[in-house]
Amino acid sequence: MIPAAFEYHVPKTLEETLRLLERHGDEAKVLAGGHSLLPLMKLRLAAPRYVIDIGRLRGMSYIREENGQIAIGALTTHADLESSALLLMRCPLLPETAAEIGDVQVRNRGTLGGSLAHADPAGDYPASILALDAEIIAASTAGTRTICARDFFVDMLTTQLRPGEILSQVRVPPLAPRTGAAYCKLHQPASGFAIVGVAARLTLGKGGKIDSAAVGITGVGPKAYRAAAVEKALRGKKPSPKLLADAARHAAQGVEPLSDLHASAEYRREMAAVFTRRALERAIARAQGKKA
Amino acid sequence: MAMRYIGKPLKRKEDPRLIQGLGHYVDDLQLAGMHYTGFVRSPHAHARIRSIDTSKARTAAGVVLVLTGADLQGAIGPVPCAAQLPDMKLALRPVLAHDRVRFVGEPVALVVATERYAARDATDLVEVDYEPLTPVVNPEKALEKGCTVLHEQYSDNIAYRWELEGGDLAKAFKAADKVIRQRLVNQRLIPVAMEPRGVVADYKPGEKQLTVWSSTQIPHLLRTQLAVMLGVPESSVHVITPEVGGGFGSKLNVYPEEALVGYLAMRLGQPVKWIESRRENFLCTIHGRDQIDDVEVAVKRDGTVLGLRCKVIADLGAYYQLLTPLIPTLTGLMICGCYKIPAVRMEITGVFTNKMATDAYRGAGRPEATYIIERMMDLVAAELKKDPAEVRRKNFPQPKDFPYATPTGVTYDSANYQKSLELALRNSNYKRLRQEQAKLRRQGRYIGIGLSTYVEICAMGPSSAMPAGGWESATVRVEPTGKVNILTGSSPHGQGQETSFAQIGADVLGLEPDDINVVHGDTARVPYGIGTFGSRATAVGGTAVYKSLVKLRDKLAQIAGHLMGEAPQKLVFRQKRIISKATKKSIAFGEAVGAAYVAKTLPPGLEPGLDATTFFEPSNFTFPFGVHVCVVEVDADTGDVKLQKYVAVDDCGNVLNPLLVDGQVHGGIVQAVGQALLEEAVYDEHGQLITGELMDYAIPRAADIPWLETSRTVTPSPVNPLGLKGVGEAGTIGATPALLNAVVDALAPFGVRHLDMPVKRERVWQLMRKGRRAK
Repeated sequence: MIPAAFEYHVPKTLEETLRLLERHGDEAKVLAGGHSLLPLMKLRLAAPRYVIDIGRLRGMSYIREENGQIAIGALTTHADLESSALLLMRCPLLPETAAEIGDVQVRNRGTLGGSLAHADPAGDYPASILALDAEIIAASTAGTRTICARDFFVDMLTTQLRPGEILSQVRVPPLAPRTGAAYCKLHQPASGFAIVGVAARLTLGKGGKIDSAAVGITGVGPKAYRAAAVEKALRGKKPSPKLLADAARHAAQGVEPLSDLHASAEYRREMAAVFTRRALERAIARAQGKKA
Repeated sequence: MAMRYIGKPLKRKEDPRLIQGLGHYVDDLQLAGMHYTGFVRSPHAHARIRSIDTSKARTAAGVVLVLTGADLQGAIGPVPCAAQLPDMKLALRPVLAHDRVRFVGEPVALVVATERYAARDATDLVEVDYEPLTPVVNPEKALEKGCTVLHEQYSDNIAYRWELEGGDLAKAFKAADKVIRQRLVNQRLIPVAMEPRGVVADYKPGEKQLTVWSSTQIPHLLRTQLAVMLGVPESSVHVITPEVGGGFGSKLNVYPEEALVGYLAMRLGQPVKWIESRRENFLCTIHGRDQIDDVEVAVKRDGTVLGLRCKVIADLGAYYQLLTPLIPTLTGLMICGCYKIPAVRMEITGVFTNKMATDAYRGAGRPEATYIIERMMDLVAAELKKDPAEVRRKNFPQPKDFPYATPTGVTYDSANYQKSLELALRNSNYKRLRQEQAKLRRQGRYIGIGLSTYVEICAMGPSSAMPAGGWESATVRVEPTGKVNILTGSSPHGQGQETSFAQIGADVLGLEPDDINVVHGDTARVPYGIGTFGSRATAVGGTAVYKSLVKLRDKLAQIAGHLMGEAPQKLVFRQKRIISKATKKSIAFGEAVGAAYVAKTLPPGLEPGLDATTFFEPSNFTFPFGVHVCVVEVDADTGDVKLQKYVAVDDCGNVLNPLLVDGQVHGGIVQAVGQALLEEAVYDEHGQLITGELMDYAIPRAADIPWLETSRTVTPSPVNPLGLKGVGEAGTIGATPALLNAVVDALAPFGVRHLDMPVKRERVWQLMRKGRRAK
């Protein structure tokens, strides 16, 4: 498996990276952990003329609190997310999601920014990023702009990022009080990607009713989405097993599920309901302070 | 012989170098002036080649040579097939296709360049004009009248028909209370050795010597075949097999690339390297299994099996590789399993389709046989509402029946099936598992308990029953310093012979395993041998080693006896000394060795030197057996199957090294989990392999496997002096049906009687939904 020839650049600063991107436009591909790009290149499904390896940029791998939010550098690896004490305390949905990605080797190399920018329809983060109402920071020579998670995913392998832009940071809010979140996933048996991945974030009101519900689903359609019908069915209701199961039935509403060797559209639709229910059950239990 | 090391769990001598990355594989080889070759492969399953334009490739940077099939007409012989069956059609595969391609991945041209990347780039510049033909993908459709014929010299796609009948079948079916029928599909698998194939060749024109390094299981057979294919004297060909990163049968073969790389080195006078990509490994290295079996079993109401009839359609792919046609016949020989079935009939139809050839993949015909008989035994039990263990017990031959001749014409050497069944039931706490299952079902949880009792044929084998020799060679040399070299023809690729053969040597000569070095995989150093496959290396290769060691021990006893004034037969070899049992006098091992080389004080008439060679010819195969029990749980929401518990009782005769045996059993079970639950080579209707990479072809991983509880019974084989049977394939043979039986058992409340492999969660989910609706 030998890729086609390419010109290899290793910029030392973000500014240098952005200048290279500006110069080479869509002939360039940014290489971070390499777990999506390199296989495509080796199979010659991708043959970028320029590969810009940002793996040695300093100061792009961090997890820190900033202005009441948690800011995560684009080069932060899945393994770092999985084990971050800050995230485990303030936003455990992300470590739970990261832990479901690939295997240890993949998690040691793959990065949050790389995964999101690649926008694989079966990637794990998109579900959680959506459920968290995260913000994605894109940088270019013109400066930075903030894209909200809901707008970020455009289609299969396509995001709001423009040529010349790089995903530099992700910002997530810490979980509010009386909030529980969970990520539940059905793995594709060969690749480990999500056939269905559901991230749920539920906040209970003082009276025990569901104040807010956010459900992000990946793997089912050509892009990750927020399951609005599920959220609507939950809001303002008192949680019960029946409520959660009924709400979960709407998981794939309005979505044309993908169909492939590993799961038919029908099965994906059904599994979206099953894993939504499981994620909701776990999130509610956590919101109620139970171990789940 | 004092057994100080035989039977002990010695850690592998091989491991320190492998774990530290100090092993040398074909791709590690760097030679000055190395050239690289890449292959242009057919994107079509079936097409005529109209023309090939190589002009762009020839002028590309770094390219030194481009060849097509037409350029090589007559230069290299076809891919060899060692198997011969009556009325078998020939389907010779040229090393490069020249007028027609018959599977996706078949090479049609090659490029040689001074650099690996240049070779790969230039393959894209070769323009091939294909005229697509109708692909023949489904083996049953391939048999229909009017179907496109792959090999135009014939009128149909039938490669051969092979029949085997024993006992009075008509009587059996007439006397039956019930006839139970099932169609079973044994899906096509891809071996997926961790190291893909690779070849380096170097030619010295002055000496006319061709050296070929290949990741193969059979260095000597490869040398012979290369000489034939390239038309050079065998004495001019030297094959070296460095470390081999797994084979599972996929490297028990001779491939076009091996001959082509050798040819290129001779033609260019430069060393040439080719390393298979994973994609090529999926497309162009042999596949395994691929049978459709229609089975009928005649039974009495009490569970006694009277007869079995099985029609097999074996999908052979487009051409024969080394043993392709032979593999399904092994299913025929072993179809009776561990049961006294008085009458059987097997009808095998080998079929050509536009796919890669099937051939020996770990188990090679026996997993298919075991799957057939063990699924059928469970169906018998279900039909008669009996416990699966009871039906099996009912049909076992008794220990006193051995050697036991089956109606398929083989003679099982030794066994005690009752003992291993009882041990497996006890180790798994079978009765309590059944109670637990009933309790969980009431809670809406579905666990299944699966049982399989297997017997397999291995230690291949007597030459009379093998296509090209079934013996094995070993040379033992005690060197002047007293260190020992064991040269074995059974070149290992993960089996641990460097350790187990050193254990034999240490015990026979009274030395330490570290005194003994095992040499293999080099045709210039090791006498002609057959290789490692068919669970033969220990029982056949190890016996040859043992016999050579005994020859040297006897010679050393004569020398020592002469020096000590003792009778040689009274001497024992212990702790590096040769000791008289009668007088307790002793001399150092090294002293006797020195005397053999200095040759001044030898007994009259005795030749100097310490070198002994044996070509061991076994009198029969061996027949290891065992019982596997497993527990799976099916997720009622998703259909996901999780393996919860695994209990294996295996009997491979005497054991040289229990760690190696456990390792083989573990690996075999894991590969069986692959076949039962995950793996399938899926070709679409165009003949495209759509599970052509590891992103889509699921293989089992560590996290899928629970703790494997292994234990053994020991029934020595009477076929060889050490009582060895073999264990390399037992796991894949015994475990696959146990796993399927467990899944079907779990789904019994949903009215499921059978489902085909691999057990896909969506299929299970559908069956559960159907079962729920029916209720």
